Amino acid sequence: MRPTANRRTSDLATTIFCWTAAVLTMLAVLAVMGFLLYRGAGTLGPNLFFGETHWWEAVRGVRPVFDGLWSALAGTALLVLLSCLLAVPTGIAGGIYLSEYGSRRFRAVAGFAVDLMAGIPSIVMGLFGFSLIVVLRHTFVPRAKTGLLLAAVCIALLVLPYLVRTTQNALAGLPSHLRLLGPSLGFTPWQNIRHVLLPSAGRGILSGVILAMGRAAEDTAVILLTGAVAQAFLPRSLYDKFEALPFRIYYMAAEHRTAAELDQAFGTALVLLMLTGTLFGLAFAAQRTMEKRWKG
Amino acid sequence: MDGAKLMPHLLRAAALACTAAAGGILLVLIYLVLPLFTSGGWGSVIAWQWLPFQGRFGILPMVVGTLLIALGALAVATPLAVGVACFVQVLAPGRIKGICLALVHYMTSIPTVIYGFVSIFLLVPLIRQWFDRGTGFSLATATIVLSLLILPTIVLVLQATLRELDRSARVTCAALGFSRPAYIRHVLLPLCRRGLLAAVVLGFGRAVGDTLISLMLAGNAPMVPASPLDATRTLTAHIALVVATDSQSTFYHSVFAAGLILFLVMVLIQLILRRLGGTFTP
Repeated sequence: MRPTANRRTSDLATTIFCWTAAVLTMLAVLAVMGFLLYRGAGTLGPNLFFGETHWWEAVRGVRPVFDGLWSALAGTALLVLLSCLLAVPTGIAGGIYLSEYGSRRFRAVAGFAVDLMAGIPSIVMGLFGFSLIVVLRHTFVPRAKTGLLLAAVCIALLVLPYLVRTTQNALAGLPSHLRLLGPSLGFTPWQNIRHVLLPSAGRGILSGVILAMGRAAEDTAVILLTGAVAQAFLPRSLYDKFEALPFRIYYMAAEHRTAAELDQAFGTALVLLMLTGTLFGLAFAAQRTMEKRWKG
Repeated sequence: MDGAKLMPHLLRAAALACTAAAGGILLVLIYLVLPLFTSGGWGSVIAWQWLPFQGRFGILPMVVGTLLIALGALAVATPLAVGVACFVQVLAPGRIKGICLALVHYMTSIPTVIYGFVSIFLLVPLIRQWFDRGTGFSLATATIVLSLLILPTIVLVLQATLRELDRSARVTCAALGFSRPAYIRHVLLPLCRRGLLAAVVLGFGRAVGDTLISLMLAGNAPMVPASPLDATRTLTAHIALVVATDSQSTFYHSVFAAGLILFLVMVLIQLILRRLGGTFTP
């Protein structure tokens, strides 16, 4: 074969390979989403959430919902809210410190710790929560058990490194003329952060917060070990067991008894996918507008 | 303003708390594994048999299961990811590039439990029919789905490296008369070796750390699989199964040992990434 012909074949092979990889990936994702839509779209409706219970009574918690996923949805919402209350202030504050104050050395050490935290598998985070309870039982609180608060703490630890990193990156990505604006006007470092840098990086940080919410909503392994159960209704206190969407999907995949229950499981999966998809879209949009603004 | 003076200290406290959390988790795990050191129980944990009711708590089959699934997923996902990243960076026409990249980003937000759930009803029956052997819950099933999970991680890290390279090399290579596929083969891929390695290591970390896919799809038999169609169990699934099924507390040592192993693997991965330089958070 002549060298040029040889090269042409290799070129063709490369092109085909790259196109195939991209098309295969797209097809796989579309297959997952399409299959869920195909099986789950029919179940979407008030019945999926509230079953036979009147929605207003269910929302107020007057009557429990037996055959709907309202309590799972409410459990997930509570979990996301609680864990974000814990993680968002700490994560953003930590990110600001790392980006604006920390010494080189501190940054290296804390950066390593944050990256390590980001890598910890969620099941290990769940195991950590579970073992906290084991330790507590043997020491101070003999009646300690897993529940909503524990799960929220563990999820907060899980999303914390993402919040630190996105805050740090959003601040570090600001152009240097903006960084010099405050000091040139006689601002203290904190005034500069508060009135110039944070407002400018706001959308980047916001996108990090939304992504963290998505991760908190989807994680299953942590809550598997820290208090999610199949049937709990609405939690009445922070120490109660709770239901959650991802756990319900996991549970129903193995434990469905009737075709109706299976349909409901598909509906639940679709609801979770739409929830995380919406959060992802919001985060993506926030990130985009931030990049457009400062690339100039 | 007193509040303003206080702020840096508050921020520092938050940063310290983040750092301390990582150390705290490690300490708790080590504390719980300590009894294994004092009682010489490691021998019973580092063993090949998991028969808890006969006092055999070996987790080596799960270590092998984890390695097989993670390496298998890497073997499937890495070539695909290289193809996708090169496609997005060099070959894709403008509009498709945007769509493809957005889709890969979107993949990172798909819950793992959804991958597991859909695969039970879509892929497992197919595997069962095609190979006509076993239940369909197998090493192969979990590997295929897991490769889909780690694909976006690898693509995004690799593409970030390619973008930097492309910026500096594209015009030169075009001027030298490289065709685009030849540019990928002879310039980009050889230059991005470091980024590719980092991407693969990160992908390996995600694959080792994932619980739901192997828990839902791999069949969970605590043994070393003899063929890709056999069931197997990973360390993560092992933790989930033993803790979630309210088993006796004498079983827990093996679970804490599994947790500690996973933690140490992550430390190792971070150290490797540090050696490779740069930050590779997708």
